[in-house]
Amino acid sequence: MDYVIQTEQLTKRFGTFTAVNAISFAVTRGEVFGFLGANGAGKTTALKMLTGLLTPSSGRATVAGFDVWRQPEAVKRRIGYMSQRFSLYEDLTVRENIRLYGGIYGLKRAAIRVKTADLLERLDIGAYADQLVAGLPLGWRQKLAFSVALLHEPRIVFLDEPTSGVDPLTRRQFWDLIYEAAHAGVTLMITTHYMDEAEYCDRVSIMVDGKIEALDTPRNMKAAFGAEDMDEVFRLLARATATND
Amino acid sequence: MRTVLYLVQKEFLQVFRNRFMLPMLLVMPVVQTVLLSFAANYEIQNLSLGVVDHDLSPMSRQLVARFGASGYFRVKKSAFSIQEADADLARDYTDLILEIPPHFERDFIREGTAGVSITANAINPVKAGLAIGYAQAIVQSEIPPRPPQKGGLELTYSNWYNPRLDYKTFMVPGILGVIISMIICFLTALNIVREREVGTIEQINVTPIRKWQFILGKLLPFWLIALVMMTIGLAVGWLIFRIPMLGDLRLVFLYTLVFAPCMLGLGFLISNFAESQQQAIFTAWFFLVIFILMCGLFTPADSMPRWAQWLNMLNPVKYFVEFMRLVLLKGAGFAEIRQNFFTVLTYGAVVNGLAMWTYRKRV
Repeated sequence: MDYVIQTEQLTKRFGTFTAVNAISFAVTRGEVFGFLGANGAGKTTALKMLTGLLTPSSGRATVAGFDVWRQPEAVKRRIGYMSQRFSLYEDLTVRENIRLYGGIYGLKRAAIRVKTADLLERLDIGAYADQLVAGLPLGWRQKLAFSVALLHEPRIVFLDEPTSGVDPLTRRQFWDLIYEAAHAGVTLMITTHYMDEAEYCDRVSIMVDGKIEALDTPRNMKAAFGAEDMDEVFRLLARATATND
Repeated sequence: MRTVLYLVQKEFLQVFRNRFMLPMLLVMPVVQTVLLSFAANYEIQNLSLGVVDHDLSPMSRQLVARFGASGYFRVKKSAFSIQEADADLARDYTDLILEIPPHFERDFIREGTAGVSITANAINPVKAGLAIGYAQAIVQSEIPPRPPQKGGLELTYSNWYNPRLDYKTFMVPGILGVIISMIICFLTALNIVREREVGTIEQINVTPIRKWQFILGKLLPFWLIALVMMTIGLAVGWLIFRIPMLGDLRLVFLYTLVFAPCMLGLGFLISNFAESQQQAIFTAWFFLVIFILMCGLFTPADSMPRWAQWLNMLNPVKYFVEFMRLVLLKGAGFAEIRQNFFTVLTYGAVVNGLAMWTYRKRV
């Protein structure tokens, strides 16, 4: 199998608190991998370790074939990241944001121009190209942020709760963008706490208190728990771990 | 290097788009130079004078009139007794007392000399010292001091580099140094912490951008801004105060170029340890207040206790103020400021090295 993300016993401790507890999993190329869990379950912490923003306490992880701890810069060239907090510059225009990130990733001037035109057309926001990002509706901003994360054609994109606070219609459109990228061979790793979104993923892992409690395709998971939907799976799982403790 | 240019472009876009930033950068140096130079000087005028004239002769009245006409004193009250005058001094109604003894005129005519007494409120020693100095000059112009005895020594003096003892000439170059140091240090610290607060720095940190590229991208814009502020400040100093510019202005700009990284680097260093803009402001203020009070702008740095002078070697603002005065007022060339120049160069390198070392792309 062609694994693009692999972790072994990846752990992050903050003092005595273990945010991520020895998680191991592997993601294949072109997969849409969902990272589910309640708030504070350790999803964001895991993602930050994989993107090189946090140093793991122990364990190993490779992303795009490079060790996140020893070759962070090589990893960073090959990944895109869209954080929980809106991460584009609000006091720059749409076009200026695209140019900035294109420049940072070393794209040539001509390439930036082509990509900008293409992106504006694909998102259908040509009319807003020279407006400050601060003035865009949240849904549009999120779509823009995702497209900017794809600008340098990364092999893997990490999305940290990309759709929180966005209306259902825009969420649906956002997922269209995600599928589009996946079809083009990009691997996507998404954290979310919307259980309906879990159904859209090829595989999901459910984190509870820093540990991965279940990892499978949504279909298998529902079958294993005898559940109607992912929401029910999640509730059953949460109850099971609570009684175990 | 191309990456750095994209970052610099972004910073300039943000600076010029911020409605608060540009006025601050342009208006602040002008207003502060003008305001502080006029207000913060050591010349004292309109001192309130209480007079106790026991003589009431034409000559004593003329002496009192001289005080009033000097511009330094205002005769606030003529008291009948020294007790009354003391009470006025005690309740801050007057700043000093001129007491003219009885027979003042008679003694002067008979013996060629006479004495008066001056009592000053010395809670502010600088003010009292100056007041007594002015009073002495006025009295001596009326009553010549005893002629020096034969064979005695006579002291003559001249004030070089600032012949008319103009305090504005002395203050303006120093104030300019302080303002530039202060603004660029604050701007750098706040700018970086703001990105941390808003969260945009996280996006930058997942890119393959190098530390030095990020730092240079942050420092270059404010570096240029320091030069622009220096230009404005010098123009104001020359247009409004006619401060002498004896030295080579190219040297002033070269020095600013070398000095600015000290304050930029400090701002950067502070931002690495501050989690919020509030923390950054308080930390920056802590250092800047010490730097400004000890930089020699208000009190001579050379007359501080030895330990303080040692400590002051870490004060970048001191070097800047020293340099400005040396070059603008004394016309010093590179040879005279060499040591200062290389100290500041080293300082900047060390501070920025520390800032780079403590900057973490990940935590």
